[in-house]
Amino acid sequence: MPLAVTIMVRIYIDQKPYDVKPGKNLLETCLTLGLDLPYFCWHPAMGSVGACRQCAVKLFKDENDKTGRLVMACMEGVRDNMYLSVNDTVAHDFRSQNIEWLMSNHPHDCAVCDEGGSCHLQDMTVMTGHAYRRFRFPKRTYQNQYLGPFLHHEMNRCIQCYRCVRFYKDYAGGKDLDVFAAHNHVYFGREKDGVLENEFSGNLAEVCPTGVFTDKTLREHYTRKWDMTMAPSVCQHCSLGCNIIAGERYGALRQITNRFNGAVNGYFICDRGRYGYEFVNDPGRIRQPVIRSEKESLNLFESLSGILTEGKLIGIGSPRASLEANFALRRLVGEANFYQGIPENEAMLLRKILAIQHSGHVYTPSLKETEYADVTLVLGEDPTNSAPRLALALRQAVRTKPIENIAGANIPLWNDAAVREMIQDEKGELFMAYPVNTKLDEVASGTLHAAPEDIARLGFAIAHYMDNSAPAPEGMDAGTLESARRMADLLLKAERPLIVSGTSLFNEDIIRAAYQIGQALEKGEKKAALCFVMPECNSAGLAMMQAPSLAMAMKAAETGNFATAVILENDLYRRAKRSEVDRFLAAFKNTIVLDHLENDTARMATVLIPTATFAEGEGTLVNNEERAQRFFQVFMPKNEHIRESWRWLDEFRQFRDGTKPDELRELDNLLEELVNAMAQFKGAEMAAPLSDFRINGQRIPREPHRFSGRTAMLANVAVSEPKPPEDTDSPFSFTMEGYRGMPPAPLTPFYWSPGWNSGQSVHKYQSEAGGPLRGGDPGVRLLGGGIHFSNGFQSTIPPAFERQTDEMALVPLPHIFGSDELSVHSSSVEGRAPRPYIALNSLDAERLHTAEGVTLRMRIGDQVFDLPVMLKNELPEGVAGLPYNLPPMSGITWPAKGILINTTS
Amino acid sequence: MIAQETLTPEEMAEIDHEIALVPMRRAAAIEALKIVQHHRGWISDDSLQAIAGYLEISPEELDSVATFYNLVFRRPVGRNIILLCDSISCYVMGYEKIYGQIRDRLGISFGQTTPDGRFTLLPNACLGTCDHAPALMINNELFRDLTEENLDEILDRYH
Amino acid sequence: METPLTQHISFDRPCYNLRDYEKNGGYQALRKALSLSPESITNTVQASDLKGRGGAGFNTGMKWSFVPMNGHYPVKYLIANADEMEPGTFKDRMLMEGNPHQLIEGMIVSAFAIQANISYIFLRWAYKKAGRLLTHAIEEAYAAGYLGKNILGTGYNLEMYLHTGVGRYICGEETALLNALEGKRATPRAKPPFPQVSGLFGKPTIVNNVETLCNIPHIINNGPDWFKSLGKGNDAGTKIYGVSGRVKRPGLWELPMGVSMRELIEDCAGGMANGYGFRGALPGGASTDFLVEEHLDINLDYKSVAAAGSRLGTGTMIILDDHTCPVGFVHNLEHFFAQESCGWCTPCREGLPWTEKILLSIERGEGRPEDLQLLETHTRLLGPGNTFCALAPGAMEPLQSALKYFREDFEKHIDQKKCPWR
Repeated sequence: MPLAVTIMVRIYIDQKPYDVKPGKNLLETCLTLGLDLPYFCWHPAMGSVGACRQCAVKLFKDENDKTGRLVMACMEGVRDNMYLSVNDTVAHDFRSQNIEWLMSNHPHDCAVCDEGGSCHLQDMTVMTGHAYRRFRFPKRTYQNQYLGPFLHHEMNRCIQCYRCVRFYKDYAGGKDLDVFAAHNHVYFGREKDGVLENEFSGNLAEVCPTGVFTDKTLREHYTRKWDMTMAPSVCQHCSLGCNIIAGERYGALRQITNRFNGAVNGYFICDRGRYGYEFVNDPGRIRQPVIRSEKESLNLFESLSGILTEGKLIGIGSPRASLEANFALRRLVGEANFYQGIPENEAMLLRKILAIQHSGHVYTPSLKETEYADVTLVLGEDPTNSAPRLALALRQAVRTKPIENIAGANIPLWNDAAVREMIQDEKGELFMAYPVNTKLDEVASGTLHAAPEDIARLGFAIAHYMDNSAPAPEGMDAGTLESARRMADLLLKAERPLIVSGTSLFNEDIIRAAYQIGQALEKGEKKAALCFVMPECNSAGLAMMQAPSLAMAMKAAETGNFATAVILENDLYRRAKRSEVDRFLAAFKNTIVLDHLENDTARMATVLIPTATFAEGEGTLVNNEERAQRFFQVFMPKNEHIRESWRWLDEFRQFRDGTKPDELRELDNLLEELVNAMAQFKGAEMAAPLSDFRINGQRIPREPHRFSGRTAMLANVAVSEPKPPEDTDSPFSFTMEGYRGMPPAPLTPFYWSPGWNSGQSVHKYQSEAGGPLRGGDPGVRLLGGGIHFSNGFQSTIPPAFERQTDEMALVPLPHIFGSDELSVHSSSVEGRAPRPYIALNSLDAERLHTAEGVTLRMRIGDQVFDLPVMLKNELPEGVAGLPYNLPPMSGITWPAKGILINTTS
Repeated sequence: MIAQETLTPEEMAEIDHEIALVPMRRAAAIEALKIVQHHRGWISDDSLQAIAGYLEISPEELDSVATFYNLVFRRPVGRNIILLCDSISCYVMGYEKIYGQIRDRLGISFGQTTPDGRFTLLPNACLGTCDHAPALMINNELFRDLTEENLDEILDRYH
Repeated sequence: METPLTQHISFDRPCYNLRDYEKNGGYQALRKALSLSPESITNTVQASDLKGRGGAGFNTGMKWSFVPMNGHYPVKYLIANADEMEPGTFKDRMLMEGNPHQLIEGMIVSAFAIQANISYIFLRWAYKKAGRLLTHAIEEAYAAGYLGKNILGTGYNLEMYLHTGVGRYICGEETALLNALEGKRATPRAKPPFPQVSGLFGKPTIVNNVETLCNIPHIINNGPDWFKSLGKGNDAGTKIYGVSGRVKRPGLWELPMGVSMRELIEDCAGGMANGYGFRGALPGGASTDFLVEEHLDINLDYKSVAAAGSRLGTGTMIILDDHTCPVGFVHNLEHFFAQESCGWCTPCREGLPWTEKILLSIERGEGRPEDLQLLETHTRLLGPGNTFCALAPGAMEPLQSALKYFREDFEKHIDQKKCPWR
C-alpha cells in the first residue's frame, strides 16, 4: 500500500519561508518551528478556542501589504502563501498588553505560590517582555473552595483561560466543576465546597497555567520544581503503564507529574497514579534487613549464605515487581522452581490473553490508538476503575465517528468549540457489558448489566451474528439478542472496531468471547483491535516468563522438599486463602521476603529484606499492550540496605555460589541476560539506552541547573559536602551537572527549555507540537516473535447464569481508589477509597431479609466478612458485588461464592 | 437521607412543554429557571438542585448558566422588583436624581431589598424607551418620563 | 413620503389584529412568496440592497445566500433578534408593539427563503408588552394557517416560538444569542464556521434584526427597485431613525435612508431643548463614534457615516448636550460595556473595567496625566479581530471619539482635579 504523501504548505514568517504541515493552526505550527509564541487557552490535546488573545500575530494580505491585521494564531489555519509576522511591533505590543490585562487583578504572589518556577503565566509574562503594571485600582478577589484531598484552590490567581472547565467537562466528562458568573467576575469551581468527583481531577494542576489548581499533596512537603531531583518513571498502579515523572528532595518523594508518551498516556494520568506515591515515604517502610532465624549469627552475609545453601529454593515472583527482579529471582532459584505469585485462575487468563495477542488474528492497540476506535465493545470491564486512563481514551473514542461525519463542513479539528457545536450530543457506538453501572455508561449507546457468564454469552452471540460458523448461545432473551445483532452489524461495518476486555471479572469465557469476536472480524488485512486490561503493572511481563501459578507452587511445596522460599514483593495473603498460605509458609525452614512495606507475608518472614521502590531503583515493566518500558531511579534510598530487589537477588545467587561479599561482581546487564534467556522479551533491552550511554561524554542530570542547596543540604550533618552518589545503573547523574540539551525520550527526567520553565515546555521535546516525542515515544512493544503461546481454545459456550438459592455468585468490583495495593497507602487515596460493602439487587436484599446499610455476615472461601449492604438494582438476582482487593478484604480468590451466615443489624 | 427539594407538578408541566421543543433536556435550562423563578420569586440553592435533577444535569452545569444572567435571581428578592435604567439616555435625562429619590424614599441602594420585603431595587441596562427617559420597570410594568412628582405616585401603587 | 414600516402603526389605538392586518394588505407578501422558489426570494432581497438593521449593515439577501439549499439539511432555523439592548436604541420595541404581524409575516417569508422549518423570536425580557402582543399574534397566525404544518396548502411547515431572555446585552450578538437559545451561557462563537453552516444546535441558521425582517413583506410586494427608490442615495429603503437626549421632541421617525443629521435633529426632533446646546451625538447607539457640529450635514447612510469616522449602527441617536459632562457620559457607557462583557476574552474582560475605573477616577477629579494615554492604548488595541467579538471594539468607539473631540474636557478634569460640570 503506498505511503500517504503530505503536501506541505509554504508560509512566510517574518519574511522567512517555511514548508509546514497542512491542517494545523498557526500557533502549533510556530511552536513546532521553535518560535516562541505565547499562549494560554490552546492545549495540544484540547485544541483552540481563541479566548485568551495571547497568541496574536500579524497577518498580511500578501507580500506587499505592510500593515496587516492582528489575528490569533491558534484560530488561523495554515494556508499556502500566507505572510505573517511574529516580531511585528504591533503584535508584540498587543501580546505584552494582554499580559498586563491578565495581571491587573493577579495577586503577584509568586514568592508564596506553589506554581512558581513551573508557572506558564510567569513564562509567558517574561516572554512578552511585559514588566511594569499600571493598574492602580483595588483588585477583585475571590473566596476559595475546599475541593478534596487532591487539589488546592486559589482563585485570585486565575487568568480565566477556561482550560480547567474545558478539560474537566469536555475532555474528562466531569460534571462538578464549572464556570460561574460573567464579565470580570467569572469563577471556576464547584457549586459548593466538596470533593471533585472526576478521576482525572489531578490533571487540573498541570492544565491550569497558573497556581489556581495545585497539587495539594505536594503542599504537605512543598518543593520548587527547580529544586527537585527527577527521573523518568512508569506508574506502578495498573497495567496501562502511563509514563510519569517522579520528583524528590531531602530523601522524600514529593510529586508525580505526567510524562508525555504519545502512544500511551499522552498528556494525562489518573488520580491514582498521581497521588498514589506516598507509600514510598511511608514511615512503615522496611528499612533494615531483619533476620528472625534460629541461627545466631548477626552477620547478614553469613546468615544468608547459610540459608541459601541449605537446600532447594523456591521463588515466588510478583506482577508488581520489575522484569529484572523477577528474572533475578528466577536465576537464583532456577527456572523449574520459579513461580508467578498469582492465583491459578489469573495465571490462566493471562496465558490466554498473551496467546490471543500473539495469535496474529487480532491487533493489539496502543492506548492512544484506542481513541480512534469508531465502534467499541467493552466486555466485562469497568475501565474507569480497572484501567482509568483507558476510560479517558474511550471518552475521546466516542467522538471519533461524529467527527468523521462532519468532514464535509471543513471545520479544522483544532477548532475545538466549532467541532463540538457541530457534533452536539452525537456519539460513536460504545457498548458496555458489566455487572453494575459504570461511569462510561453515560457515553454508551447501549449497556448490559449481567452476570459474567451472560456477558460472555453476549460476546459469543455477537460473534455468531458476525460469522455463522461461530457457535450460537441458546436461550438468550430477545432484547439481548437484538443488542448482539446490532453490535455485530456495527462492528462489521466499522473501520476501526475495538473490543475491550480483561481479567477484572476473572472469567475465562469473557476473554474467549472477545477473541471469538476478533476472529470473526478478521477479514484479509483488516484486524480488530483487542485491548485487554490486566491486574497489575507487570502482570504481562511476569506472565510472559511462562512460570506456573502460586497454586502450583503450593502443590510443589507439599512434595518438593524445599528448604527456603524466596518471595519477591508479594503479599501472598492477598493471593490465596489464608489457610493455604499459612500451610505453604509453614512448609519452609526459612522464608526470605523482599518488600518495601510491612504486610502479612512480611510478618511471616524469617529473613526480611528491605527493597527499593520504583523511585529508588531501576527496572523494566511490561504493560497490557506488551510495551516494555523502563523506569529510572529518582533518588538514593535512606540507607545502604534498601536496594533494588534484583540487586539483592543477584547477590543471593552469588552468595549461594560461594562468592564472598568483597568479591561480588558488578552486575552485568541483567536485562540483556533476560532477553538472551527468554526470546519472547526480545526488544525489551531497547526500551532505554544502556547505563553507559552518554552525550558528548556527559551524563544526563536528574536536577535542573537551578537546583539549589546541593552543597548546603547536609551541612547539619557535616560541613564538607559529600561526594554525590554515582549511578552505575543508568546514564543519569544525581546532580545538576551533565548534558544541558534534550535527552532522548526514554531518558527525559523533566521538561525544561530556555524561557519555558513549566510543563508546557514538553512541546520542545516533540517532533511537532502535540505530536510524538523526538526519536519516537518511549517503550518497545514485544509482540514480535518469540515463543508461541499455546492456545487450547474450545468452542463451548457457557450456560446462562442461574441464581442459586443457597449462595450468591460474587463478582469483584475494582475501585480506582482502594483496589491497588500500594497507592492506598497515600492518605489522600485512602480517604477516597470505599469502605467494604456488599452490593445487592433489592430483590435479593428482600430475600435475605436485609436492606441498604444493614450488615450481612457472609462466608466467602475460608473467611467471614461483616459487610454493609449497598443496593445496586442493575445487578442480576443472585449476583452480589464486592469491592476488589480492599485492604480489609484481601485473600478472596476469584471466582467466589458467598454464603449468608446470618443478618446482623 | 436529606429531604430534597422537588418541583411542583405545575412547574414540571411547564418545563416539560419547553423540553419538548428542544433536542436535549438541558437546552431548556433557561426556560426552566424562568418558570421556577416565576413561581417562587427567586432561585434558591434548593430550587437549583431540583431543576438540575429534573433536567438531568449537575447543579454546577445549571448554576453556570443561572449566574451568567442578571435577571435570574440567586438571592431572595422582595415582592416587587424595581429595575431602574442606568444607561446613557436616562443618564443624560437625569436618572441619578430619580435614583436619589428612591434611595431617600425607600432607604435602599442598588442590590438591596427593603426590610419589609416590599421592594428590591436593581439597575438595568437600557430599557429601550429612550425617548421617554428616565424610565424604570416595576415587575412587568414600564414607567417612563419619570419626574420627582410622579415617582412617588408610581411607587405607592405597589405593596 | 412612503413609510411602509410604520404606515399601519398608531399608538392612539390598539395594534392591528390579524383581521385588520389582512384587511390592510397583510399576508399578501406571504401568499406571493409561497408561490415563488426560495432561491428567487433570496435573489430579490439581495437585489433590493436591504442591509441588516441591527447595526452590522450587511446585505441581507447575501447573508441568506450562504445557507446550504441542497436538501441535505432537514433542520434549519430562522431567528428574529429582538434582544434590543444597545443603549439609546428603541426602534424594534416600536415595531413589535406597533405591528407584530408585520414582523411575523417577514419572518415566515424569510424562513421560506432559506427553507427553515423552525423559527424563534428572541425577545429581551424587558419588552413585556411586545411579548404579550407577539404571543397573541403568533396564536392568530397559527389559527389562520400561516404557521404550522402545510402552510396555505403548500406543504411548507414552519413552527414559530417566542423565547424571552433573562438579561445580558451580549445576547444581542448573534452567535451568543444562539448559545442562549441552546440553554447555555451567552458567550459568542468564533466565525468561521458561520451560523449559516453551523448555527443553532449546529444546524444552518439565519439571525436577522427585527427591523430588517419587517422590511421583507414590503420588498416582496413591491419589488427591489421600489425599495431602492425609497432611499436617498447610497442605501436602499427607509430606516427607523430615533433621537434621545435633550432635544425638544425625542422620538422615532421612519425616513428615507440617508437623510441628513441636521434634518433628523432639527426638523424631526425640533432641535435642542431650550437652554441646551449641541455638543455631539452618537448616531447609532452606544457603540458608535461621536459626530459633532461639523457633521450635521452628512447623510445618515452606512457609507457616509463611516466616512465621517463613525457608524450608522442602529440609527437611533443619542445627543450629548452642553450641560452633560462628556467624561461622565463616556463613563456611563464604559460602565455599561464592562458590566455586559461576557468574560470570555482577555482584552474585553480586563480592559473595559480598567477604562471604567480610569474614567470614574477622572470624573472624580482623581485622574492622572498618564490616564489619557492609557485610555488611548485601550482604544487602539481593543479593535475588531483583537477581541473575540464586537462588544469591546464597540465600547471603544465613543471613548476614542470623545478623546478626539472633547479632549480638553478630559484634561480640565485632570488639571483642575474636579468635574467642571458638577
